[in-house]
Amino acid sequence: MLNPSNKLTKSQVARTHTLPARAGVGLKPEHFQDILATHPDIGFFEVHAENYMVAGGPFHHYLGRIREHYPLSIHGVGLSIGADAPLDVEHLNALQRLLHKYQPQSFSEHLAWSTHGPTFLNDLLPLPYNTATLQRVCDHIDQVQAHLGRRMLLENPATYVEFAASTWDESAFISEVLRRTGCALLLDVNNVYVSSVNHQRDAHAFIKSLPLAQVGEIHLAGFAEQIDGNADRLLIDSHGSPVAQAVWDLYAYTLGLTGPVATLLERDNDIPAWPVLLAEAVLAEGHLRTAAAGKQQPTKQPTQRQVLNEVPA
Amino acid sequence: MSTQTAFAQALLDATQPTPSGLITCNGSDPTLRFAVYRNNVMVSLIDALADTYPVVQRLVGEDFFRAMARVFAQANPPRSAVMASYGQDFADFVETFPPAASVPYLADVARLEMARVLAYHAADLAPIETRVLQAALADPEQLVSLQLVLHPSLHVLASLFSVASIWAAHQTDGSDPCVDPDVAQTLLVYRDALEVVFLAVAPAVAAFVIALQSGQTLSDAADAASRVETDFDLTSALALLLRLQLITHITHITQPSIGDLPHEHTH
Repeated sequence: MLNPSNKLTKSQVARTHTLPARAGVGLKPEHFQDILATHPDIGFFEVHAENYMVAGGPFHHYLGRIREHYPLSIHGVGLSIGADAPLDVEHLNALQRLLHKYQPQSFSEHLAWSTHGPTFLNDLLPLPYNTATLQRVCDHIDQVQAHLGRRMLLENPATYVEFAASTWDESAFISEVLRRTGCALLLDVNNVYVSSVNHQRDAHAFIKSLPLAQVGEIHLAGFAEQIDGNADRLLIDSHGSPVAQAVWDLYAYTLGLTGPVATLLERDNDIPAWPVLLAEAVLAEGHLRTAAAGKQQPTKQPTQRQVLNEVPA
Repeated sequence: MSTQTAFAQALLDATQPTPSGLITCNGSDPTLRFAVYRNNVMVSLIDALADTYPVVQRLVGEDFFRAMARVFAQANPPRSAVMASYGQDFADFVETFPPAASVPYLADVARLEMARVLAYHAADLAPIETRVLQAALADPEQLVSLQLVLHPSLHVLASLFSVASIWAAHQTDGSDPCVDPDVAQTLLVYRDALEVVFLAVAPAVAAFVIALQSGQTLSDAADAASRVETDFDLTSALALLLRLQLITHITHITQPSIGDLPHEHTH
């Protein structure tokens, strides 16, 4: 138990409109029973929206029970905001039903595409950053926020290639999307690290150049490692291992700039026993406490950290 | 051709060239980096099939399964972001996949595993109150037009093979128990509270369920079952469905006449 007295009551959970600035864990069916049996002192849980776009059965049963006790983030992986085709309105409707059912504190999606025509490619694919893609991404986010009646968070991608057609760098592109749409940022620190290694960028400078006052959530995860055609390191956003030390360091740097932000430990492959994930969340809580202590000093934290779920004006 | 069209085609078909317009910061060959996306997509689809079809995988071994799943996924990528329902036509593919022909029951085991997934995620509906059904059955006027609506988790699987026994015998790795595959089994697959279960039934009971699911009246469904087995016992079939809590409500077809579509009233 990290801090049992800090746990929200059922009614407080229902009233809260933001994720608490604490550590959360990606909710996996393997852990449903452990969580309900032990009620761990976790800040929130996050689920992939598409896994719960089923009519009924155990997934809804357990998520409903867990939602009674914890704040929730619903994280989409299939909306394909970066696609060069209209958004799937049926998918938006399914999201709307899910958000209505669970009233999550946060809804997020990716700066990526995953569909082409009728085909779902089940991966987060990269897009060039230029005037045409900027307009399209902004139009899609405007449509999502209007359809769902709430502000969404957009996650920065992990990528393995870049495009000759790009005319913006990634942080400027993301900053402009946030400025135009009013959406918030889901800052995936592992993705920043992976992309920085893969494209030989300065991860710290990248983070510093983002509109950090708009960060509504942070993601942490593990990566896998290969080499590319030049025998340079090529990192893969695998979500299949513990968070690397380099990513913890970058996370600490980020929190120094943002102050405490809701932080998710993501693990989607080679899922370990529940106590192993809980231990990673405890590590993140340590960083959050350090950041909160730093926030007491008036020179350190100028930005207001509230990201509310209203529709942008 | 748009960038994303070329990208998507090359992801699913490794014989397609790497899309043009990709660059790398260090000047390395983009093909090797693009291969990460190719691999992510294909592995994720094969993994999704492996999640749905663990017993099929045990029956043929991981290497064979993944090779077979790759051929399927390349030709049948998902049409929905809801991956739980991916691979519903995998059994039909397995049935006509020549290298798998030596395991004739493989396709039916795949059908059973997909039925289990569909039952697992089916809608939650409460069973009918026994007294409501009893009242309808006791009223001769209602009885003629009575339809029973069954739980959405209920699936019927009729196989020439002992699929349920094969499935049960392969719940852990390394098991190689002696199951005679050549014994026909007819199963009801359904969810009992939070757990998917199945029950072997007589072919006539399966015919009765299928007829009810297709919207036939109770009496027409009973006739259909009697054509399968003359000694079909309607009372015990109804008692079974009630006991398993698989009847959710009743409806009536009102006076179906020639040229009219049946019109339903829900109770």
